[in-house]
Amino acid sequence: MSLLVIDNLQVNYGAIKALRGISLKVEPGQIVTLIGSNGAGKSTTLRAISGLVKPASGSILFEGKPIGGAAPHKIVRLGISQAPEGRGIFANLTVAENLALGAFQRRDAGVEADREKALGLFPRLRERFQQNAGTLSGGEQQMLAIARALMARPRLLLLDEPSLGLAPQVTQTIFRIIRDINASGTTILLVEQNANMALDVAHHAYVLEVGEIVLSDAAAKLAQSDEVRKHYLGVG
Amino acid sequence: MSSFLQTLIDGVTVGGLYALIALGYTMVYGILKFINFAHSDIFTLGAWMTLTIAGWLGVQAGGGATGPAAWYVGVGVLVLTMVFVGVVGFVIERLAYRPLRQAPKLNVLITAIGVSLFLQNFGQLKFIFGTDPAPTPLLLPGVTLFSVGGVSIQLVDVAVIGTSLVLMLGMEVLIFRTRMGSAMRAVSFSTRNASLMGINVDKVISFTFVIGAMLAAAAGFLYTLKYPGQLKQTADGMWVMLGLKAFVAAVVGGIGNVRGAVLGGLLIGLIEYLSVAYLKSEYRDAYVFAILILVLLFRPEGILGRATVEKV
Repeated sequence: MSLLVIDNLQVNYGAIKALRGISLKVEPGQIVTLIGSNGAGKSTTLRAISGLVKPASGSILFEGKPIGGAAPHKIVRLGISQAPEGRGIFANLTVAENLALGAFQRRDAGVEADREKALGLFPRLRERFQQNAGTLSGGEQQMLAIARALMARPRLLLLDEPSLGLAPQVTQTIFRIIRDINASGTTILLVEQNANMALDVAHHAYVLEVGEIVLSDAAAKLAQSDEVRKHYLGVG
Repeated sequence: MSSFLQTLIDGVTVGGLYALIALGYTMVYGILKFINFAHSDIFTLGAWMTLTIAGWLGVQAGGGATGPAAWYVGVGVLVLTMVFVGVVGFVIERLAYRPLRQAPKLNVLITAIGVSLFLQNFGQLKFIFGTDPAPTPLLLPGVTLFSVGGVSIQLVDVAVIGTSLVLMLGMEVLIFRTRMGSAMRAVSFSTRNASLMGINVDKVISFTFVIGAMLAAAAGFLYTLKYPGQLKQTADGMWVMLGLKAFVAAVVGGIGNVRGAVLGGLLIGLIEYLSVAYLKSEYRDAYVFAILILVLLFRPEGILGRATVEKV
């Protein structure tokens, strides 16, 4: 069974149709990426999954259960967490407090072990553990956003533009860690403008254009397609 | 010298009351980014409920024939008043503010003014508190505890300062040491991102209103101890002025900052009492608002407030 199934999802911001009926699937264990230019509706898709915006129509099924329109905190409880666009860290709180908030819903004994695991993935965060998150560099903030989302122990991790505004080297590091996270069993839905990096790391990819999915295939195949190469990879 | 000490004590006592009320303004602002103009009426309600609940528990106005109430009755009145007013705070948020969560801030502000007018006038109904002043209950004996430098320290002052202190320390622990506190700080930074952490934002907002109302209720209770005599009716301008000064305290300390609210409260209390003692006392309100103007001119974010810059 697919972990996430979106069927004919429409989202409107007032009179603007941000999503015009998109359908996609995320298989367990995979990295699925959603690429497309600015304003195509990538972030809106993640917001709808997380419950931040209400779908106008269509359905979102997570592990077979409909979650469309549920409150954001309930969706986290179901096993979906998000590192949002712009990182969304709490700059007024310390790194430690940010991570603790990621596990806000959890009361099990595994929280501490998960924090150690997250700090193992991002050693920089351990160095800055008691620092205010607002003092971190952009790359460190992105690491914190991902680590914090992992603290919810999600079965589906949503990543919104993790490379945004980062130096190429930092982006490389982040994507290496994204691969590691996936290798340890977390399914990932990745939204990216950096199609090169995204197609390289993902198993399956969808191309979004003005609220509609125009292409869908295995990531490796899409990376070879002329259209994608021309419009999104800047070659040909 | 002795009058200076006495002024300091009065200033700190009243400053503690301002601080308790300011905490409610600042917490609600921190989370919802709007000024809850009905908050001063919650304080008024606290004072009137103190009187009402003390009556239910058989404490007589001014002590009556029975004399002052036992200490545990006083504590009981405080707790019941806080609980009752806390429930009122919850209901107000639920009925008046929650439906406007997605509405422009101006709508919420106007609603707050409406709630304020409602509370002031509803309180004057004959079967509520009525339009006449009412005598405060005698919850503490008028005892002098000890004398320092020619100033006699009254039990009342110790009780008021002590209760304020305990409540403020409790707030410090709640906000910086508990799970709910970290949720409150997260929501105040960004409701959207807090909800992505799995925080039930509506619940945090309700909780904030309840806590703010309970602190204002405690301030109302302490007010009746510090200023025994006749309690003015709920729409009297004097209540609004007290609430406004507490609001000034919140702004001076740095609106949205809980430690700032405490600092601002004490500062405003002290400035008010020192200026009354050593400058023209007719201008006591003017001094407070002059401080507000100075702060807004030279440090608009308040003493402890920070102009936050977001990294992108």
